Amino acid sequence: MVPELGNLSLILALCIACVQSILPIVGSFRNNTRWIAVARPAAAAQCLLITFAFTALVYSFINNDFSVSYVAANSNSLLPIYYRFTGVWGGHEGSLLLWVQILAFWTFSVSIFSRQLPNETVARVLGVMGLISVGFLSFMLFTSNPFDRTFPALADGRDLNPLLQDFGMIIHPPLLYMGYVGFSVAFAFAIAALMSGQLDAAWARWSRPWTLVAWMFLTLGIFLGSFWAYYELGWGGWWFWDAVENAAFMPWLVGTALIHSLAVTEKRDSFKSWTVLLAIIAFSLSLLGTFLVRSGVLTSVHAFATDPRRGLFILLFLAIVIGGSLTLYAWRAPKIGLGGKFSLFSRESMLLANNVLLFVVAGTVFLGTLYPLFLDALDLGKISVGPPYFDTVFVPLMIPVLLLMAIGPFVSWKNASIEAVLYRLRWIAMGTLLFSIIALLTQQTSAMVVLGLTLSIWIVFATTSHVVQRLRQASAGDSLWKRISNQPRSYWGMIFAHAGIGIFVVGVTLVKGMETSSDVSMRVGDSASAGAYNFTFTELKKVEGPNYIAARGTFEVTQDDEQIATMHPEKRFYTVQKMPMTEAAIDRGFTGDLYVSLSEATKDGAWVVRVQHKPFVNWIWAGCLIIALGGFLAASDRRYRIGLRKREEARTRTAETLQPANAIS
Amino acid sequence: MHRSLLSAITLILVSYGISLPVAAESLEKRVMQVAEELRCLVCQNQTIADSQADLAIDLKNQVREKLAQGMTEKEVISFMVQRYGDFVLYRPPVKSTTWVLWFGPFFLLLSGFIFLFIKLRQRQSSIEILSAAEIARAAELLAEKSSLKEFQ
Amino acid sequence: MKRFLLPLGIFLIVLFFLGAGLRLNPREIPSPFIGKAAPPFTLTQLEEAKNNFSPQDMHGKVWLLNVWASWCAACREEHPVLLDFAKRGAVPIVGLDYKDERQSGNKWLAQFGNPYQLSVFDSDGRVGIDYGVYGVPETFVIDKQGVIRMKHVGPVTPAVIKEKLLPLIEELNRA
Repeated sequence: MVPELGNLSLILALCIACVQSILPIVGSFRNNTRWIAVARPAAAAQCLLITFAFTALVYSFINNDFSVSYVAANSNSLLPIYYRFTGVWGGHEGSLLLWVQILAFWTFSVSIFSRQLPNETVARVLGVMGLISVGFLSFMLFTSNPFDRTFPALADGRDLNPLLQDFGMIIHPPLLYMGYVGFSVAFAFAIAALMSGQLDAAWARWSRPWTLVAWMFLTLGIFLGSFWAYYELGWGGWWFWDAVENAAFMPWLVGTALIHSLAVTEKRDSFKSWTVLLAIIAFSLSLLGTFLVRSGVLTSVHAFATDPRRGLFILLFLAIVIGGSLTLYAWRAPKIGLGGKFSLFSRESMLLANNVLLFVVAGTVFLGTLYPLFLDALDLGKISVGPPYFDTVFVPLMIPVLLLMAIGPFVSWKNASIEAVLYRLRWIAMGTLLFSIIALLTQQTSAMVVLGLTLSIWIVFATTSHVVQRLRQASAGDSLWKRISNQPRSYWGMIFAHAGIGIFVVGVTLVKGMETSSDVSMRVGDSASAGAYNFTFTELKKVEGPNYIAARGTFEVTQDDEQIATMHPEKRFYTVQKMPMTEAAIDRGFTGDLYVSLSEATKDGAWVVRVQHKPFVNWIWAGCLIIALGGFLAASDRRYRIGLRKREEARTRTAETLQPANAIS
Repeated sequence: MHRSLLSAITLILVSYGISLPVAAESLEKRVMQVAEELRCLVCQNQTIADSQADLAIDLKNQVREKLAQGMTEKEVISFMVQRYGDFVLYRPPVKSTTWVLWFGPFFLLLSGFIFLFIKLRQRQSSIEILSAAEIARAAELLAEKSSLKEFQ
Repeated sequence: MKRFLLPLGIFLIVLFFLGAGLRLNPREIPSPFIGKAAPPFTLTQLEEAKNNFSPQDMHGKVWLLNVWASWCAACREEHPVLLDFAKRGAVPIVGLDYKDERQSGNKWLAQFGNPYQLSVFDSDGRVGIDYGVYGVPETFVIDKQGVIRMKHVGPVTPAVIKEKLLPLIEELNRA
């Protein structure tokens, strides 16, 4: 009964989404206020219905209703209850429902936090989001319904993929989808602006906090995916340039370009047509990611059960949404003005350079991801494009990004002098240069490691120096805390995000350049080493979990004959899915991780063991978290908070009446 | 202040952070280097270095054996290509069908910057003509901005 | 204002490729051996460890080399099809028992029937690697001059025999 109700509410949600995508938009062009007024209640009703459907699926999972095929395929009565809950998004159909749920949530949020916007704009924004919802709801209902039943009901389910039975997997998809889907808000704002032909600083200010929040979630989602792969896949990799990772990374890169370009549009009313295009592309790439992962056109470590019919459906949807919006763009964009003027060297031009670079990087990832498909479709052979290609091409492209990133904040708006910027950065530049020369001369490391460290030092120090210089300039009498809290949050957001990148680069450089790894065949009593660490295999025993059995090893780790860790890697066998899983043991540390995993038992009773030392790997995750924190700070800037804005505007108006001359100056 | 801070941190980093010993070019390291270039054909999308599939382990053993016999990395890789085709290479060979793949990004970068430069030059020389409505809007925006400045 | 049409144009091209991609199979890998001489080897026969076999022994005949193993589930699926095909006698089939134990290989043939003229025993999988084998079962069609003409990855089905193998074998036999 419950699954049927869930299904019914999905159908109703689809009907409402149809209404929401047509009436308000048409109404906004005909000045029909009654049609315009449909938008907000429709968004609320849709959100309610989809939440009900989502709850219905959760209910079926919790209660082990194996007559629902999706539940039977992704759960089991032995599965712990929290994994039964996360099993909801463990497969294609349910993750699609999560997608739609999050879209409904974003739509509803927009309808609430948009009181200060003109009603026509809200109607158009919600209408566009409704249209996206129509696409995904019908995709789900027509090709991949999570509420489909099987008769007769299975006695027990086929269990959740053991890889997904993990805490990281509980929160990774929701965060990632919050990011993906969040870009739909920026997209809807862009389309609404194109429809009205009014693209101005106000538009940028409305969409900027939404974009920042989505970007922050996407950062966290990608971070968690990588973090999860590192400890759960059992061989110590953290980024593979797999199609599914690239599918998330491309919108992230374009989204990063977008938040920078929105800053210019908001502050200086420039780059308008470019910013709109970025907003369209960021969301288009999110949709493309959905297509790539769910259609099976590429081989990926993360393939949902694929079905060409589904692929065709999404492709059609892509054609309508992206094709339609790009057509609208081609029609409307030529009428968008240029906006504020600025000189060849200015904050604007630096940000534009940032955009070009990030866009080229995203284009490269796109090319590398889809190139095998292009060649195959033209019958020019089958090739693989993998980590060696991306590493080779990506690094030289990132060097200018990282170099410019440190300089950008020092360059003033409109018109800047190169000399002044160089003057402000002279000590940092000299120190960084000195570091790289000393490191090259005294350290036996590769040039790549020195380059990476040099860039990260450059970024971190230049960013820190910017803060110091700025705080010094603040009014003399204030305490340090007052000076810090007087800076706008968006400033701190930028500082944190940039510093986070610097820390991230430290981690990547040292892991890539200095990690040691060896696969050794070991029996109890044997020793192996990775770097300066010695691993001794002291014990092996059998343990039993709720839905698996496991071999559990004990390893004593010593460094210079001093014991530093005891580690317990496991090799699990999940009995229902009949799938082996490698549970690595990780000893985390500030300057690096020790990583032991049991690969497999050889015929003669020994184990192939992978022992690794991963220097500074946690700096990668720390960097990501700091970047995301930057996004959060920027999004929470007081000028985006409605209540505050209203009060400030009221105050300004009084100020204007009193001192009109002052307000315009 | 900057100077002392920098030199201190430089010293710390140089002496501590990156003073890890560099592993010798051991056989195992060379095996891993080659293995990272090769695709595990039975896996979804993994290098044979990462994969623990049977075939990946066999191929890694082959790589080890051939390197130990004195083959160069290049020779081992072409040994694999002879048997499994270009598909086995994660670093596609540079040839006419992959020119776009290899040179595309740098072409894109170059044209991006040329485009950027031309645009910026044009923008510098172009004179904006504002309509009366736009001027009014601009004044409004300015007012809004200056009000914000108070809080920044 | 043609430059504003550029994004749309690029998108349409990408769309075309994505559409084409739906009809392709990314997991199907062409063999680099097609049209090349079958790599030589000498291995012992599975049934009689004393006897050797090498591909030259088949010179002048069109034949199939079928890679199988007793541990391979898909081979079980393929087996009845091969047995049936062998009965028709259209072509000699040589088995390559890949990464197996001699005993279990023989037991498997005794239990499920033997479609092979003979099987060779590749215990460490070296010959398999020389033939670019990556997924068992695989089937090679080799012509009278010892050149590989076709490779099929995965179980041979009646449809594969009818549409791909038989026409090719007939053509090669005429040559």
